[in-house]
Amino acid sequence: MSKIHVNATVNGDAVEYLCEPDESLLDSLRDRLGLTGSKEGCGTGDCGACSVVLDGRLVCSCLVLGAEADGRAIETIEGLADGDELHPLQQKFLEHAALQCGICTPGFLVAAKALLDKNPDPDETEIRYWLAGNLCRCTGYDKIVRAVMDTAEEMRR
Amino acid sequence: MNKIDDISGTEYKYVGSRPVRPDGLDKVTGKAQFGADLYAPGMLFAKILRSPHAHARILSIDTGKAEALDGVKAVLTSTDLQPGEGADDLEDDMDHVLENVMARGKALYDGHAVAAVAATSASIARKALKLIDVEYEVLPHVTDIEKAIAPDAPVIREDMYTQDMDPKPDKPSNIARRMEIGHGDIEAGFEKADFIFERRFRTEAAHQGYIEPHACLADYRSDGHAEIWCCTQGHFMVRSACAALLGMELSKLRVTASEIGGGFGGKTTVFIEPVALALSRKCGRPVKLVMDRDEVFRASGPTPSSVVDVKIGANKDGVITAGFAELWFQGGAFPGSVIDLGTMCAFACYDLENVKAIGWDVVVNRPKSAAYRAPGAPMAAFAVESGLDDLAERIGIDPVDFRLKNAAEEGSTAAFGPKFRRIGLKETLEAAKASDHYNSPLGPNQGRGIACGFWFNFGGTTSASIKIELDGTAMVTVGTPDIGGSRASMCLMAAETLGIPYENVRCVIADTSLLPYSATTEGSRTTHSSGMATVYASENAIKVMCGRAAKIWGIPEDAVDWKDGHARPSGANAGEFEPMSLADIAKKAHETGGAIAGHCEFEAGKVGQSFGTHIADAEIDPETGFTKIVRYTVIQDAGRAIHPSYVEGQYQGGAVQGIGWALNEEYIYGEDGRLQNAGFLDYRMPVCSDVPMIETEIVEVPNAGHPFGVRGVGETPIVPPLGAIGNALSHAIGTRMDTIPMSPPRVLEAVSGG
Ligand code: FES
Ligand code: FES
Repeated sequence: MSKIHVNATVNGDAVEYLCEPDESLLDSLRDRLGLTGSKEGCGTGDCGACSVVLDGRLVCSCLVLGAEADGRAIETIEGLADGDELHPLQQKFLEHAALQCGICTPGFLVAAKALLDKNPDPDETEIRYWLAGNLCRCTGYDKIVRAVMDTAEEMRR
Repeated sequence: MNKIDDISGTEYKYVGSRPVRPDGLDKVTGKAQFGADLYAPGMLFAKILRSPHAHARILSIDTGKAEALDGVKAVLTSTDLQPGEGADDLEDDMDHVLENVMARGKALYDGHAVAAVAATSASIARKALKLIDVEYEVLPHVTDIEKAIAPDAPVIREDMYTQDMDPKPDKPSNIARRMEIGHGDIEAGFEKADFIFERRFRTEAAHQGYIEPHACLADYRSDGHAEIWCCTQGHFMVRSACAALLGMELSKLRVTASEIGGGFGGKTTVFIEPVALALSRKCGRPVKLVMDRDEVFRASGPTPSSVVDVKIGANKDGVITAGFAELWFQGGAFPGSVIDLGTMCAFACYDLENVKAIGWDVVVNRPKSAAYRAPGAPMAAFAVESGLDDLAERIGIDPVDFRLKNAAEEGSTAAFGPKFRRIGLKETLEAAKASDHYNSPLGPNQGRGIACGFWFNFGGTTSASIKIELDGTAMVTVGTPDIGGSRASMCLMAAETLGIPYENVRCVIADTSLLPYSATTEGSRTTHSSGMATVYASENAIKVMCGRAAKIWGIPEDAVDWKDGHARPSGANAGEFEPMSLADIAKKAHETGGAIAGHCEFEAGKVGQSFGTHIADAEIDPETGFTKIVRYTVIQDAGRAIHPSYVEGQYQGGAVQGIGWALNEEYIYGEDGRLQNAGFLDYRMPVCSDVPMIETEIVEVPNAGHPFGVRGVGETPIVPPLGAIGNALSHAIGTRMDTIPMSPPRVLEAVSGG
């Protein structure tokens, strides 16, 4: 089976890679581009650990083909901080101890950023429903929701 | 060792604060490397072929076609895994691990590994699996406890006779072992009872549900040395198991624990590591093996399912006169479920004159169960706490007061034998009674339940070392993987002991070649035991530093004290010399005798317990049977919270796992013995919108066995939820719930009196 040649941008940088036709974008990011910040928890769209933003839309990268990313813009956890400057969400997750093992954290951060980009003033229920596609087994979600609420408040100031 | 009086109320500078954890930055930026995140040059991808049958004899395996496929570098079956001499010496819970890692002669459950392939890409490996021909003779199977112990059940292990029976049974059965604990005379106790509760409870198996599937990278070198990188709760355990299963010397195998994406007990054993290592040995290339999610469900270790009969008697003053429980746990197709722990925990919260518990270890055609957070305790507590709730109602006493009247305290003899030292159960009950939650009104269709829970703190072999760097900072190494922030706790305890700022201490998890043996991160032992080792290692480093200061000052070593991060001349020499800071001493290390370090290798005693009380408010939709938890509070004794945010996190995470298990999560097997819901869509764990904020209250009754009074807190939080929610739901609908999960169909059935 011959591979497919893909040109895309990841976190603003032009990238190109060869992928198999049935390969997920998640595998392309991890195995071809070395961007292992996006995680595979299920491979079936049920856990959100692989969350990335594709042309402005939050998606599970395990449900997108690597080949589909051709000509498109992808944002991953690796692009969330601005150099040494953490995104406020990253800072608040640390301060609120909103992670225990941390495997779900990249997915939650990418998803939460997508929420705040759309809605800078979400209430607790909106946050809980928006993040319902991301599984966390360690924290019981409490500190994650608080970190997102606190970030939103700070960013509105 | 400190006395409680010395440490209760002590104010610490760093212990008890909430700094950012040392590994935090890497985890919010995506840099942290978990099990599947390592790549090696020339690496192959491996996949495992699994049995589609619940019980089948393997007549033949033909790997010829798979081996011939382009890109396939090795195919493995059980004949390639020949254990060495060390295999017999594996720790108890490693029994049958070889048979579980790859089926030998018989496949014992749906998902049992049968063969494995390593190939140049994952898709080639997957293709190769389809080319392996396995001829099975399908055998009758049983996946349910009550059917497995019935006289006509198919016997899964023809050579298994129930152990510890008198007389010895004369034929094999699916019951591996019987055990019994207790004291007093329960018959006499029931005679004295005015009220008796008696009922059978059932719980279905739940999975730990860690988000990171099992993953490893193994590299076997041609000179017989090998390295494994994997996500595990115990890399020393992985080394022992793999070395034994492959007949290797321990010192030739180096295992590094990656960052671990959750475990909750499920990563305290091996599943894929020996397979990857054997494949690597066969083809001489590094091999990466990562489970798919459905493999995690089908073939890693869920918790046992259980049947528990409970009988409790109480008099009209609210004193429990006798408690009896009989428990059956299935541990999958292998003996060794956590029946012991479940039986021990059933009545652990209560000070009973007459108590007895009998446990039965049952085998069925399911995957080998593994530990899951306080293994065995939630099922036992569900039955007992439900019984207490019913009795309190019939006696007409507040359920908290009823528990307070019977609660274990210092000096109580536990049903499993020992006398408790100072414990904080009563304090958690008092706090529950005084809480805003307990005193708040309920809405329509709502019910409130409370329940208590108990779990041990394991000890075990533990090592730590600390080196003092020339610039006055310190580096701690421990051998227990950090599963939820324990590196931060180690740094806090070292900073407190040394008297230097938290920011000046780092902590890493050493691989198996860099530190003496350390037992696994399990049994709520990490902050407790590795914490003690860190403190003792720091104290040893302090001894060295005091010696160096003495040398510089030209005074005897015992004339130097350590206080607030400084060596100070004491006794006759007090005030003679300016105190020297840790940084001053560190700077001169190379002139005063070489590098400075402290070590500790010790066997931590079994010295801790942690008790908790939970309050749950459940609201039910009478039309659908759907239950929503509208308010939830966890109150637990932490002894001393080293980093309170992570203690709260343990309380909240455990409670939500308990909520999932209570209401939704279950292994569903079909008539064909196959698991029907091997994915997150159908095995429904709580998501963010399912749960409320989880309120927490940390009670601190110091543990006299720990220098800072710490009690391990990780597991107790999952013990009370089944009972607390069962009680809440039972009050909401007016009928006692006795089966977990209390899913909508079961609730509807109960409501309609079915
Ligand atoms: S890995 Fe993509 S949703 Fe779970
Ligand atoms: S922190 Fe472990 S899964 Fe979320």
